[in-house]
Amino acid sequence: MLEIKNLHATVDGTEILKGIDLSIGAGEVHAIMGPNGSGKSTLSYVLSGRDGYEVTEGEVLLKGQNLLDLAPEERAAAGVFLAFQYPVEIPGVPNTTFLKEAVNAVRKSRGESALDAMQFLKVLRAKVKELGMSDEYLKRAVNAGFSGGEKKRNEVLQMAMLEPALAVLDETDSGLDIDALKAVADGVNALRGPERSMLVITHYQRLLDYIVPDRVHVLSQGRIIRSGGPELAKELEAKGYADIIEAAA
Amino acid sequence: MATEALTVSEIEGRWRDLAGTLPGAGIDWLDDFRAQGLEQFRASGLPGPRLESWKYTNLPRALRDRSYTPAATAQRTSLDRVASLLPAESTRLRLVFLDGRFSAEHSQLADLPEGVTLAPLSRVLRDAPQRLEGLLQAADYDRERALQALNDALFDEGLLLSVSSGIQLDTPVEVIFVGGTSDEAVESHQRLVVSIGRGAEATLVEHHQSVGSGNGLLNLVSDIHVAAGAGLTHLRVQETGDESVHLAGTHLQLERDARYRSLAFTSGAALSRHEIDATLLGENADVTLDGAYLLRGRQHGDTTSVIRHTVPHTSARQTYKGALDDRARGVFQGRIVVEQDAQKTDGRMLNKTLLLSEKAEIDSKPELEIFADDVQCAHGATAGELDADALFYLRSRGLSQEGARALLVEAFVAELIEDFPVEALRPALLERLQHWLLGTS
Ligand SMILES: Nc1ncnc2c1ncn2[C@@H]1O[C@H](COP(=O)(O)OP(=O)(O)O)[C@@H](O)[C@H]1O
Ligand SMILES: [Mg+2]
Repeated sequence: MLEIKNLHATVDGTEILKGIDLSIGAGEVHAIMGPNGSGKSTLSYVLSGRDGYEVTEGEVLLKGQNLLDLAPEERAAAGVFLAFQYPVEIPGVPNTTFLKEAVNAVRKSRGESALDAMQFLKVLRAKVKELGMSDEYLKRAVNAGFSGGEKKRNEVLQMAMLEPALAVLDETDSGLDIDALKAVADGVNALRGPERSMLVITHYQRLLDYIVPDRVHVLSQGRIIRSGGPELAKELEAKGYADIIEAAA
Repeated sequence: MATEALTVSEIEGRWRDLAGTLPGAGIDWLDDFRAQGLEQFRASGLPGPRLESWKYTNLPRALRDRSYTPAATAQRTSLDRVASLLPAESTRLRLVFLDGRFSAEHSQLADLPEGVTLAPLSRVLRDAPQRLEGLLQAADYDRERALQALNDALFDEGLLLSVSSGIQLDTPVEVIFVGGTSDEAVESHQRLVVSIGRGAEATLVEHHQSVGSGNGLLNLVSDIHVAAGAGLTHLRVQETGDESVHLAGTHLQLERDARYRSLAFTSGAALSRHEIDATLLGENADVTLDGAYLLRGRQHGDTTSVIRHTVPHTSARQTYKGALDDRARGVFQGRIVVEQDAQKTDGRMLNKTLLLSEKAEIDSKPELEIFADDVQCAHGATAGELDADALFYLRSRGLSQEGARALLVEAFVAELIEDFPVEALRPALLERLQHWLLGTS
């Protein structure tokens, strides 16, 4: 599904990603763990096409299609979804309007017809309920004045509505209490399926108790220094990053 | 009879030909009023960039090489349809002017409720000129107000809206000025006289539009008086063609407990300037001046306002927001004056501009002049590009770059529209906003 080959990327002329190789099969969930500043968010922005993140070497293929030539909206249409570490507040744009524009934009670029308002609302209400959100969020402006937990649930709601082929979740667990964490994990697990791959970025092992990954990778200073099964997350928790990074050096 | 536009010699020449034929000629107080206006214009000429408040809007340059035919002599072509901002069922009181001439054919005045006067000024001056006495405010030898002085001298049409004490006028009064109805470029000087009596309420919809690019010039002066305990809600839409010149000055006076609320929506004209001079004369008078401007191409839009607090316990809020694209230029000069006696004044002013292109420009100058010590006043101005984080967030969800931009600009401006208290007028405004956004490059 996703092939990352020898990916190098710079921000403001500084190389942050220094040769990443990663392959995620269809239906697989991979976790990336790493200390602060190791380049996790940078990887997520490079995958989603943010300005200012320059790829200097390597390639990224999604279902064989080169993502790096595409604009962010084209990547969304191709099935890329990023749950932001820091979701952006957009005052004045109601959540429902935003979700409808997003869903229909993606449907349109896939050659599908726009959902009618009734259909859309029905699907939306059901997902909102599943995520333990209240309908009231839908009327409020996108993320404006939302608590940290509300913002993260809203990211998962968007993911559920957009049904991406590749979901990248950047520290979706950070700042969540245990109930919110469970709700978010349930929302993510509900979307697991043979046609969908996920890259779950986290600093802590805790999330991986709820979203059990197929593979775990450790990112340090822009490189993957170790990969393993779910047990690697437990080892990290027990030993801490320093030991693992030292051992790999 | 095209002439070089608005030079002193041209105006003097025209005055010699016209003075005797202006509506109301021969009425002493009005003759004096006009003569004073002419004298003042003769002394100051067209306001130019050397005057403090005209620094950012170069009117003489904009009028260079332009020439106009006065409204009184211009030929007009017929017009099938006039666009309205109101739902069809609520357009019962309407006055339409085609390049400065009243059009009975397009107007609706039959349903006039008791206690309400609504008539074209030419008719008032013919039938009951005394009704205007004391309602027209002279430009008072202020050089910055030479255009209003010119209007004092030359105005030959407009309207009187007078609502008697205690009358609640539920039907909005719609006034439509249509430009570009002549093959010639027409110059007109119009007067909009509004008097809301004690405890009365009214809604005024002032709509400036054009046929085609509308290459005329309008110099409009409004004298608005809101008596004690009365309220006026005023929507002003200026969407004239992109060749037109639109110059407007509003004198607003509010007595004790009076309320005035306006929304000025500006998307038209090659060059426009709207001056507002609001004076709060009685305690608890309350004014809200909101404005939205959407300009592109080489359009120039100027709002210059003064809000004067003269007595204790008055309040004013002013929020002007807009988006400028291409090489458009916006000017916002807002001054709040709090006189020595005006303790407990509450005054707030905010100007926010989105610059959608590197070449777009805003000159924003909010000012406070406070001579009282116990007041709450604040002003602020921001200008900047669309938030890059928000744009990326929307695009990462599949919205196109244009779609994301449009959504953000819409949200920015729509806030003012949603705050406007007359719900029936909001759809037409939102539609105009969306229409403008579709034209974004
Ligand atoms: N916009 C930026 N400009 C300059 N440096 C940046 C920028 N964004 C991230 N960095 C740097 O890149 C490195 C990786 O950051 P990031 O990808 O956010 O790490 P993580 O998400 O793993 O905490 C850090 O050293 C950070 O300081
Ligand atoms: Mg990060």
